[in-house]
Amino acid sequence: MDTVLAITYKGGVVLAADQSNARSIISYQSNLDKIKELTSHSAMGVAGPNCDLVRFTEYIAKNLALYQLNHDGTQLSTKAQANFCRSELADALRKGPYQVNLLLGGFDEKAGPSLYFMDYLAALEKVNFGSHGYASSFCLSIMDKEYREDLSEEDALKIIDYCIHEIHTRFLISQPNFMVKVIDKDGVRVSKFGGDPADT
Amino acid sequence: MARRYDSSTTTFSPEGRLHQVEYAIEAINNAGTCVGILANDGIVMASERRITSGLLAPAKTSEKTYKLCDHAACNVAGLTADANILIDQARIYAARNHYVYQDPIPVEQLVEHVCNYKQAYTQYGGLRPFGVAFLFAGYDTQHGFQLYQSDPSGNYSGWKATVIGSNNQAGKSLLKTEYKEEAPSVQEALMLAVKVLNKTMDGTAASVEKMELFRMTLDEDGNCQHHILTANEAKQVIDSVTAEASSSGDS
Repeated sequence: MDTVLAITYKGGVVLAADQSNARSIISYQSNLDKIKELTSHSAMGVAGPNCDLVRFTEYIAKNLALYQLNHDGTQLSTKAQANFCRSELADALRKGPYQVNLLLGGFDEKAGPSLYFMDYLAALEKVNFGSHGYASSFCLSIMDKEYREDLSEEDALKIIDYCIHEIHTRFLISQPNFMVKVIDKDGVRVSKFGGDPADT
Repeated sequence: MARRYDSSTTTFSPEGRLHQVEYAIEAINNAGTCVGILANDGIVMASERRITSGLLAPAKTSEKTYKLCDHAACNVAGLTADANILIDQARIYAARNHYVYQDPIPVEQLVEHVCNYKQAYTQYGGLRPFGVAFLFAGYDTQHGFQLYQSDPSGNYSGWKATVIGSNNQAGKSLLKTEYKEEAPSVQEALMLAVKVLNKTMDGTAASVEKMELFRMTLDEDGNCQHHILTANEAKQVIDSVTAEASSSGDS
C-alpha cells in the first residue's frame, strides 16, 4: 500500500513517500516518516511492513556509521552504500528475508546525485527516477514523460507534486500526507510533509 | 635470562618484549632485499633475486612481487610459504569487499586486514608468527598512490620510501639522503631503487638477473597498471644508473 517516489535532478535527488501506517481496517499513524536518512548525504525511501522497514533501515544506517568510525571518517559512495544494501538483502533472502522495496538516493562530491532502485529480492538498478508500490501504475508514466537530464530542483519538486496529485485523485486508498526530502551538496533536508513525524 | 620467555609467542618477557615476534623479524633480515619508492605518478618496487642454485628451474612467476587486486600489489621478504597464506587472505578480502560494495577496497583497509591477521598469531593460539615482511603498493581515489610496510608483529606504517630484507639499514640511509622532498618521477624512482639495491647487495655487480623491477602507474582511463619490467627495460635502467655513477666522479 506504501507509495515511494524519487527523481534525480541536476544537483540532487528528491525522495517522497506517503505517511500512512495502517493494517487491516485500522490506521495506526498518518505521520510516519518512511524516508530514513543513512549518512549525511544519502537517504532511503522504504515500502513494506513497518517492522522490516525499521529493522532494515536502522541496521544499514548503523553499519554505515560503524564504517565511518572504523575508517577515519571516510564515507562510502552512494554506489557502495547501495551495493552494500543489496548484498545484505541477498544474504537475508534465503534465511529471513526483509520485505522491503527501496529507493536509495545520495549525493557524492565527485559523482554528483544518484538514485538506486532495489526490491525485496535484492535486485539493484541505477535509475534516473523510480517508484514503488501501486503508485507506480499512476506515477511512472508521469515521470517518464516529464523527466529530462537538466531538471532544476524546482522542476523536480513540481514533478513529484504532479505524481502526488495523481495519487490523491485516482488511487483508491486515501494517502493524504506525503513526506518529501531533498538531497544535494548540502546534505539531506525535509522539503515538506503532510503530518509532522515528531507529533507522537 | 630472556631464554625462559623465548619459546611462547604469547608471553611477555619481564622487559615487556615478545621475543618470538622479534626473532621472526630477525628471520626477515636474512631474506632478499626489497625497496619501495613512492613517485609522484606511481610506485616503484625493486627486489633482489636470490639464485640459490644453478639447477633451479627458471621462475615462471615472480617470487617477490604479487598482485593482490586490480589496484594493489605487494613485495615479499621472508618465508615464501608463510607469505602465500597471507597473500591468499589479502586477495580473498579484497575480492569479497568488491563483491559487497562494488568499489575497489581502500588500500589501507586491505593492509590493516592482513596485519590484523598477523597480529592474531602473536596473541593467541600458541602458533608461531608469520616470518614475512611486506611492502604494499596501491592506489585508491581517496589517497592516491600509497606505500605501506608491515612486519610479523602486525604493525604497519605508510612510507614515501623504505627498504626491507637484508642490509635494509644501509638501504634506508641511502634513501634518507637521496630521496628528495618533491617526489621523483617513476623513471627517477626506478633508478633510485637500483642504486639502493646496488648498495644493499654490495659486492655483487648489478645485473638484470639479480634484480626484479616493478612499477605501478595509471593509464589514461585512470586504471591501475601493474608492470614487472622486461629484461630489456630493466637493463636500460641499470645501465643508466651505472653510467651516472661512473661519470659522477668527473667534475
